Amino acid sequence: MVQNRVISLIMGVLAFMPAIAFADEVNGADTAWILTSTVLVLFMTLPGLALFYSGLVRAKNVLSVLMQCFAIACTVSIVWMVIAYGLAFGDGGSLNKIVGGGKILMSGIGLDSVSGTIPETVFFMFQMTFAIITPALIIGAFAERLKFTAVLWFSALWLILVYAPVCHWVWGGGWLSDLGFMDFAGGSVVHINAGVAALVAAVIIGNRKGFPQTQMAPHNMTLAVMGAAMLWVGWFGFNAGSALTAGSSAGMAMTVTHISAAAGSLAWMACEWIRYGKPSVLGIVTGMVAGLGTITPASGYVGPLGGLAIGLLAGVVCYFATQYIKRVLIIDDSLDVFPVHGVGGILGTLLTAVFAAESMGGLGLEGSIGSQFVTQLIGVVATVVWCGVISFILLKMLDATIGLRVSEDEETEGLDLVLHNERGYTL
Amino acid sequence: MKLLIAVIKPYKLDDVRDALSEVGVQGLTVTEVKGFGRQKGHTELYRGAEYVVDFLPKTKLEIALDDEQVDTAIEAITKAAGTGKIGDGKIFVQDLEQAVRIRTGEAGSDAL
Repeated sequence: MVQNRVISLIMGVLAFMPAIAFADEVNGADTAWILTSTVLVLFMTLPGLALFYSGLVRAKNVLSVLMQCFAIACTVSIVWMVIAYGLAFGDGGSLNKIVGGGKILMSGIGLDSVSGTIPETVFFMFQMTFAIITPALIIGAFAERLKFTAVLWFSALWLILVYAPVCHWVWGGGWLSDLGFMDFAGGSVVHINAGVAALVAAVIIGNRKGFPQTQMAPHNMTLAVMGAAMLWVGWFGFNAGSALTAGSSAGMAMTVTHISAAAGSLAWMACEWIRYGKPSVLGIVTGMVAGLGTITPASGYVGPLGGLAIGLLAGVVCYFATQYIKRVLIIDDSLDVFPVHGVGGILGTLLTAVFAAESMGGLGLEGSIGSQFVTQLIGVVATVVWCGVISFILLKMLDATIGLRVSEDEETEGLDLVLHNERGYTL
Repeated sequence: MKLLIAVIKPYKLDDVRDALSEVGVQGLTVTEVKGFGRQKGHTELYRGAEYVVDFLPKTKLEIALDDEQVDTAIEAITKAAGTGKIGDGKIFVQDLEQAVRIRTGEAGSDAL
């Protein structure tokens, strides 16, 4: 009797063995948090960024911006599934330092595929939401004047030629990760990439008709503020989700992200208040985006004081960068993608070397601040050069073939009616 | 008959309406308009992009009156809409040839 019980107990334990081994690979808590983070990051684009951007353009172009964000989300999802996920996270064999490969049409990814401690499907989805928001950020540079076909072609090809390889260098086992380059949540992959592509696009495509003399004030600031607030909430998934685990790393990333957003908001607000005598609503929310973009590469590596310092610097530096691009260089990066995301991404990626050091309240560096700074600089330069050159070639080729810009009278009439046969408001 | 056209500060509309009712004005038409006068426009700033707004929002009133009501109506509007600052607005007076009440077909002063 007793023997039977012991035997059945042992049998029972043996029967559970595979399940226990399986549980060691896939962690339920981690999986739950990354599923949640995936939702939050998609929420940043739809509807967060879409509302933020659409409120900032003129009423005649509100739908074109919403449409571009929506269509990019759809297009990137399919391109990601077909080829880009493999290029970013697959095994590139002898070329693995430069670019990944395989996993075309998600081949080989099933219920049992595991990435770290989460199912690979979850990792695939989480990373896809980053791939969606990056080209969506770029549209701010050429808002109110680009053909819809050009937006789609540019976004799809740019994802394959720029986003996927840079993503592979940094997170997919490429040469920058071998070098010890630190980018926790996408300072280079998302923000420098989007910012540089935006600047190149703004220069090649040219200013909007009438810029900067004509009145081009935002048509609906309340939409813009709602969208910006959604970005803040979604960014917790972006940065704390990039821990890829539900633990202390995610907790610290969320904390410094929040502190930096608050500090960036106040810093930008203060700059405008001092310079123009009034604090503006668009100013405080733009400072928030700058603080969030700048903390992104550092979010899993720095402490609360680092978050505070990075946020304050982001608000001030991105504010002056915006003034410089718009008022001195007279470049119509219409929604200020480069001065906020590009400059913020560069600043944050470099400052990661400083504030990750234990002496600066960070979570620690493998080498010295100096040597890490050089590594960060290499990563920044590589991203800027690759993204700048490839984006330039891509835009020139599209301009020569399908054409980038709508005609002058179409631009005056507004993209909503001309490209989509609809109007945003019937009042 | 005269037609008074008054352009006033939008927030003074209720005061003016009350003042006109007190002096026996039976009806008026209100339109939201934009314009400029001696009061300068204002500047709007969006991330450093500066836009000068030349045309300010105003409220336009159209009031049809018998000749003898005109002076009291002008006085009522001036008192109610005045702040003493630039931008209070203007009153224009025109001759009015005819007025017809659509429901009854009454014409002239009877229609006012």
